[in-house]
Amino acid sequence: MQPYIDQLIQDGYFTGMPKEIVYAVAMVLVAFIVLSVFVAPLAGVTSWLERRVWARMQSRVGPNRVGPQGILQWLADGIKNLLKEDLIPSAADATLFSLAPYVVFMGFLCAFVVIPFGSALIVADLNIGILYILAVTSLVVVGILMAGWSSNNKWSLLGGMRSAAQIVSYEIPAGLSILTIVFLAGTMSMQGIIKAQGWAPWDWFLFNNPFTFAAFFLYFTAALAEGNRTPFDIPEAESELVAGYVTEYSGMRFLFFFFAEWGNLYVIGAVATTLFLGGWQVPPVTSDPILLGVLQFVVFFLKAYLWVFIAMWVRATLPRVRVDQLMALCWKYMVPLSFLCLLGTICWMLAFPKGNQIFSVAMFVLGLLIVAYFFKRVVFQIRHARPELYFKPHI
Amino acid sequence: MSVTSYVKNIKDTVTSVFEGMSITFSHLVRRPMTIQYPDKIPVPIQETLPRRYRGILEVDMDICTGCLACERDCPITCITIGIEMDKETKQRNFTHFDIDICKCMYCGLCAEACPTGSIRHSQEFEGASYNPAGLVRHFVTQPAPLYKPKKGGETDPKLAEKVDNGLKYLDEFATPDGGAAAEEG
Repeated sequence: MQPYIDQLIQDGYFTGMPKEIVYAVAMVLVAFIVLSVFVAPLAGVTSWLERRVWARMQSRVGPNRVGPQGILQWLADGIKNLLKEDLIPSAADATLFSLAPYVVFMGFLCAFVVIPFGSALIVADLNIGILYILAVTSLVVVGILMAGWSSNNKWSLLGGMRSAAQIVSYEIPAGLSILTIVFLAGTMSMQGIIKAQGWAPWDWFLFNNPFTFAAFFLYFTAALAEGNRTPFDIPEAESELVAGYVTEYSGMRFLFFFFAEWGNLYVIGAVATTLFLGGWQVPPVTSDPILLGVLQFVVFFLKAYLWVFIAMWVRATLPRVRVDQLMALCWKYMVPLSFLCLLGTICWMLAFPKGNQIFSVAMFVLGLLIVAYFFKRVVFQIRHARPELYFKPHI
Repeated sequence: MSVTSYVKNIKDTVTSVFEGMSITFSHLVRRPMTIQYPDKIPVPIQETLPRRYRGILEVDMDICTGCLACERDCPITCITIGIEMDKETKQRNFTHFDIDICKCMYCGLCAEACPTGSIRHSQEFEGASYNPAGLVRHFVTQPAPLYKPKKGGETDPKLAEKVDNGLKYLDEFATPDGGAAAEEG
């Protein structure tokens, strides 16, 4: 973004104004545009799509009345929540209570600064991009703890504490999985990591070696846990904690937590795409910069949204884990395995400093075989149950 | 925890998640079980209900003789019938025939007692109303003459059809033993 503004300043659009003020105004404007044009509809449509996908996987229909196929459901929900009374419990710590949703929201929104939607479409290509994402998304835990503590409610406090323990624990496998990619790419810049990969699937870090393949799934699982998603949603476990740290919230503040949760889903997908799936890399089909930019955006968006869909799918599939199971999964399995992936990748880099193209292609074929076997199982499940088939995505 | 069980745990987790995901994905192409009551269904629910279903009471005023059997038999007096004599024509007319479905307990005694089968349970069950007064069904809007059964059967084809209908309901559905008595006799 900065080069464009520098260009505008050089062209004499803002003569007489200090450079810093122009930068600050540009920053606020960009944040506003990103929030209102991209993030808000994205989180909203994701919430609708999640409910539809979830419903279909449970043989229900889901929201389909507001707008065509219910796609405007998120607008109706948003307006309803805006009009609701904003309650602050009398025993709550009012300042922290009202501040907490915005801290959570900021934690996820700041991640959009370094998400590369295209080779030119990025707010700021920080040279510590991925570290920055790890840092700002950890801000969410501060907000959740604030919400849990300031509500002055035992469910909220338990939810906040669980969330803090969970996010701090799962930061380690997530960080280690990311580190394997940082080693491979030799940079922490998001654009640098993407440029180290190619458009072809066997050039992606996912298929670079068996260890990155495992690291990808470790990262995805850890990211789901960090985003408080089922099966790791013990901080807001309905059956035991009412709604966890959001128990006392209502109206717009309540919405902000869920806004952050659904938006975070996209951030998880975008980071996974950037690190493992080649980001916006497209085959060299055109040299027109605008067309190329659109193509890159579409490719990146679809790759990222595939993982949003998979997160929904996981949510519809797996039951919630217990607190001790959650911690056991992290410390007994994921942390050692991610260390193994890290060491394995280092050894691989020593053995093949230039990478091993043949092995990557073999890994890609293996991936395709896994997908093929998966669909074979799906067909088996369908035949086994002999249901009435209905291939239309809508109803 | 031995190394074997550790590896087995990892393998079990991966394979069971894989299998579970395939099951949920197979549900994505199945027809949902949900019926979108009340508007997005091929046939209204009322038409799919069996004939013996005890829905809200309905009265066919064209074949009601005004014998007051239903009013007497109703255990909670939810039926109120008013009949008065027109002095000029010497004809008895209904002034009102109201059924308070708010009180009605759907016991079916009125339908059993009716000689022509004019009062009967319909398949209708959607009785929601904004006030209790809306739950009282008025079957007479303006004074109407009573039905007089004719000796040797009904001659008017329209009325004959209605009478047949009512008697059929009475024989087959209104009594506790259903069609059994009719079949035996």
